[in-house]
Amino acid sequence: MIQLPCPWCGPRNVSEFRYTGEGGSRPDPETTTPHEWRRYLYMHRNPLGWTKENWYHGSGCRRFFSLERHTDTHEIRMPDPHVEEASTSENAGESSMSQEAVEPR
Amino acid sequence: MTQQATRPAGTSTSHRLPVQSGEVIDRSSTLDFTWNGAPHVAHPGDTIVSALAAAGVRVFSRSFKYHRPRGLLTASFHDPGCSLQVDDEPNVRAAHRLVEEGIKVSSQNTWPSLRFDVKAANQVVGRFLAPGFYYKTFIRPQRLWPAYEKILARFAHAGTTSPNTAEGYYDKRYAHPDVLVVGGGPAGLGAALSAARDGARVMLVEEERHLGGHLRWGSVEEQATAAELLTRVASSPTIEVLTNSVVLGRYDENWFGVVQRGLPGIPERLIKARAKTAVVAAGLMERPYVFDGNDLPGVMLSTAARRLINLYAVRPGQRAVVLTANAAGDAAADDLRRIGVEVAAVVDPRQGADVVRAHGRRGVLSAVDLTDGRTIEADLLVTAVGWTAMTSLLNMAGNRPIYVPEAARFVPDRTTMPDDVLVTGGLVGDGSVAQILAHAEAVGAEAARRAARRRNAQVAATTTSAKSSSELAQSAGPPETDTPELSPAPHPELFRAGTHGMVDFSEDVSSKDLISAVREGYDSAELAKRYTTVTMGPVQGKLELVNAVAVIAEATGATIAQTGSTTWRPMYAPVTLGALAGRIFEPVRYSPMQPWHERNGAVPMVAGQWIRPDRYGDPAHEVRAVRENVGIIDVTPIGKLDLRGPDVAKLLNQLYINKWSKLDVGKVRYGVMCAEDGVVMDDGVTGRLSQDHYLMSTTSSGAANVWEWVENWLQTEHPEWQVHVTPVTTAYASINVAGPRSRELIARMTQGVDLSAEAFPYMQVRTGRIAGVEDCILWRIGFTGELSYELHIPAGYGLHVWERLLEYGQDLGVRAFGVEAQRILRLEKGHLIIGQDTDGLTRAYSAGLGWAVKLDKADFAGKPELVWQSAEPGGMRLVGVQPVDGTIVPPEASQIVARGAGKVLDIVGRITSSRLSPTLGRSICLAQLDASLAEAGTVLTVRLPDGRDVAATVTEHLAHLDPSGERQQLVTIAPDPVPDAVRRPENPRSPISPEGIASAELTSGAAVAGSVLITDVSGLSKFGIRAAPDGVLADELGTDFGRITKAADGSLTVGSGPGEWVVLAEPDVAADVLTRLESVASTSGAHASVVDLTHGRALLRLTGPRCADLLAKVCGIDFSDDLTPDGSALRTSVAKLVTDIVRDDQEGVPSYLLHCERSSGTYLFEALVDAGAEFGVESVR
Repeated sequence: MIQLPCPWCGPRNVSEFRYTGEGGSRPDPETTTPHEWRRYLYMHRNPLGWTKENWYHGSGCRRFFSLERHTDTHEIRMPDPHVEEASTSENAGESSMSQEAVEPR
Repeated sequence: MTQQATRPAGTSTSHRLPVQSGEVIDRSSTLDFTWNGAPHVAHPGDTIVSALAAAGVRVFSRSFKYHRPRGLLTASFHDPGCSLQVDDEPNVRAAHRLVEEGIKVSSQNTWPSLRFDVKAANQVVGRFLAPGFYYKTFIRPQRLWPAYEKILARFAHAGTTSPNTAEGYYDKRYAHPDVLVVGGGPAGLGAALSAARDGARVMLVEEERHLGGHLRWGSVEEQATAAELLTRVASSPTIEVLTNSVVLGRYDENWFGVVQRGLPGIPERLIKARAKTAVVAAGLMERPYVFDGNDLPGVMLSTAARRLINLYAVRPGQRAVVLTANAAGDAAADDLRRIGVEVAAVVDPRQGADVVRAHGRRGVLSAVDLTDGRTIEADLLVTAVGWTAMTSLLNMAGNRPIYVPEAARFVPDRTTMPDDVLVTGGLVGDGSVAQILAHAEAVGAEAARRAARRRNAQVAATTTSAKSSSELAQSAGPPETDTPELSPAPHPELFRAGTHGMVDFSEDVSSKDLISAVREGYDSAELAKRYTTVTMGPVQGKLELVNAVAVIAEATGATIAQTGSTTWRPMYAPVTLGALAGRIFEPVRYSPMQPWHERNGAVPMVAGQWIRPDRYGDPAHEVRAVRENVGIIDVTPIGKLDLRGPDVAKLLNQLYINKWSKLDVGKVRYGVMCAEDGVVMDDGVTGRLSQDHYLMSTTSSGAANVWEWVENWLQTEHPEWQVHVTPVTTAYASINVAGPRSRELIARMTQGVDLSAEAFPYMQVRTGRIAGVEDCILWRIGFTGELSYELHIPAGYGLHVWERLLEYGQDLGVRAFGVEAQRILRLEKGHLIIGQDTDGLTRAYSAGLGWAVKLDKADFAGKPELVWQSAEPGGMRLVGVQPVDGTIVPPEASQIVARGAGKVLDIVGRITSSRLSPTLGRSICLAQLDASLAEAGTVLTVRLPDGRDVAATVTEHLAHLDPSGERQQLVTIAPDPVPDAVRRPENPRSPISPEGIASAELTSGAAVAGSVLITDVSGLSKFGIRAAPDGVLADELGTDFGRITKAADGSLTVGSGPGEWVVLAEPDVAADVLTRLESVASTSGAHASVVDLTHGRALLRLTGPRCADLLAKVCGIDFSDDLTPDGSALRTSVAKLVTDIVRDDQEGVPSYLLHCERSSGTYLFEALVDAGAEFGVESVR
């Protein structure tokens, strides 16, 4: 069982969390098209490599947060708060921060 | 001799040797047991097989496919021929299981007896039982498969289970060792000792009952070394030794499954261990040799012979041939000579000699042919032809072993080892005991160093820890260790002699089978494995994998390195279902009225985690009571969320499909939530209690989802909205009082609320005092269609109000009704149930909820999909349906069918709810129906599950009764309440034992020496506070998330979440504490809220030295002092229940406060008492 570095509580077993989807912003409901809206709802990139994920720490602090996870190695890093949409390409691994290095809050 | 093979040996111990220096048996006493009905004796410490071998028994089982007689091969847990039936337990590894007084042991897979086995005829027809025989033979004709299956099942290799077997108590716990050492041989012991010396907490796991590995059956010097290592381990308090335990698998991030066997009263315990680092010292297993007759009883490995002689003082035979290509085989020959076995020949492949075949007489070994042409009479053939490294755990860590031809074995690829897994001992290489120990000690030290680094990182990242990063940097631990070189010793490659023999002893796969599989095209190891089932039996490749690979390589002409190994996967050793399933945590929830339900014969129903009364008697009578007089139902499971803040209306507009901007104080409204795909998710009523204070209700099953949904919107999409959400589902006992006389009933006991129809109309909310209980909430709503009131009572007084309602309504004909009556009542009224009358595809318009959708709202969840659905005609519609014959109740999920074009029968809908209505005296239904058929009066065909078709008509309204809603507008005269007519009890009831009163003391004086005391302290007052995590209020409270502080008035402030606090106080100061908190909140200027959770939470205190051990059995958190010191606060899963844990030591004794939702209090208490049984836990409630 992998552990996730909760930004509030620290590392916890993944069974305490619920995956709430790939990172991605909600289209404007006033102007969205069926194609765009359903892409948002159902289509996931599911890459082999770095991906941004949203998680809910339901059995802990009950906060929603985002992280970046490498789907092959399970390496985890926290998204850079200064970058709105973190890069999800393979090359982004260079700035990788090991899970242990993640500081609380 | 051969007669002894199968004839009961009585109480003879003819093969027992004089005392051996390393023996593990206790000769001072004996145990009686039976083997296939005959009496036998053993000494304590004897395995079943060693005791039988001491009596001269040589055949223990019949093989899987050919039913060949099988004897001892390895004399260890993994001996393939020694799976026996012990009492009711099949498949017992009898070369590992100890004899216990009175056990009945029998062979399995034999019929009618071990000696005369009918199925042994398979040997004769063996040449027709080629690989793939079953696949090829029993595939056609397919209709005969059930018949084939019955016959084949008789041939299955298993014992028998008894349905009357007594229940076993299987156990679980979590562990967080710094270093997990796998294997208790010299390498494992050396690594454990050096890791412990360097400050690591070590868990040492050994499969056998004794530590020491091969030193135990080695020379006197080796035995002395083992004894010295054992003494050092025993005096290291930070090494936890688990013998007779096995590491089953390694999973992501060093998560290990360990099974601990043979604990007192517990057959097996599963340990889930998260190790900072692991040292794998699983060692080498001796490999059998492949030749004609290699599975005859009497042919055994050198390690088996040495175990029998040195550990169990058993003479393995009378006249021996020793095939030895290494030092272990040479030592076995010496051992045999020492105990007086005639060694007729030593066959040394290092000198070019070899065996050809073994002959049997009456099923056991009688002679051995050698390559020099000699045939030697012998009843024992000992083989020592090489080793297999137990690399399975390393495989599971992603490491693929590589083949070293010079050493004739696979070794780990040390260039790709993960940082948190280290390896030592025989897996790495060979050497003297001193060389192995030197390597192991260096590896142990390095494991401790890496573990310390990981531990410091964890402490730094953990909110509850009190240490700063700089403190941790100073305790970085020892420097990296240099590991001395250790490499595998040269060994001749010996897999198969010139003849064919058994490769897989469990599955009866011979070298000939493998070669023919390759010829048929199954020419890779992975394919041949699945085709022949080689390595797929109970031994799972430990003995036979390398031989199988070698034979496949031989057949394909490739090298062993090219052929490669198959993949080792978890589990390493077989594990019982009991160990995996044991002590399952299934939280259950009870309402405060549960004692009354139990006393009054309620038939329980399971609704999610809730246990609810389905009925008390005949539901039809309960329905009539509601329609004619008044009934009360316990609706506590209805989800309730307390919403506070200036932006609640914005939130409600976002969540619900209807409009909420203009809900006045004192009013409630029905609302429907859709998910973003427009599918109906939940419904309920929400009432506005005051300007910025609302109470939302949800369906019982949707309560948790809706709470998460609300938090999701608030935290991710609209963090700027000022709303605090507090779940209060079980802070209130909820009672629905329904029926024409409901107003009269509640008027008799309600104060402070004008109940007249004009002053308190339909869809409004009031707060007041009921039966003497303050702060009750009354909603005038109606799920049943009758005049009704939903009362929300502070939960500790729920039972009191429930009992008073029944008492004061006796003359009105009041009775309690259950969920079944409620379902009938709501169906008569045509109210839908989300999830019953809708499914995971039902959008709002299909649920008959189009009237509620307000597309002119700016935004709400699911809006785009509903806009598009509203523009499309067609789809499904929710309709009322009545069968023409009112006596027929079509079962729910009956299909509605129609003849389409070309006379094809189409499914056009389905019955979603159906009941016989006691009020209307006929059957009534709701259905999902194609919109084209949804017009009232349409006659439908409903196909019943038995195939009959019945006619049914679409009704005009969903409501079968009172569609205009007159009944719930009923005007009755409410009598004036008698002031103080009913008084409430002095103390609220405890959530943990509702018949009792909980303690209300915050400190615990009583610490139990050596154990744990569990006290119900739910009587304490509890307040929940929400504010910005870094705002004025946070500064004022001065308690960080993850920590606690104590105030002068004795109250405890818990930093229970980011921007979330819980204050615990004794009741006599509670009012002052609340006033203080509210004044702090109101003067902070920022958005802040204080919610009284006294009734909503169950609270326990654990005190005693073994608290952490108890918690480790129910909770995956590491409760060591550096991660969760005194004053820590955290929320996690305890026995699968979300629970807040506060460490609040009492006078230096470890102590923890645990609190959870009130309804789960009894469950949590009982789960802890159950888990603590082994510590002699004491409880007070």
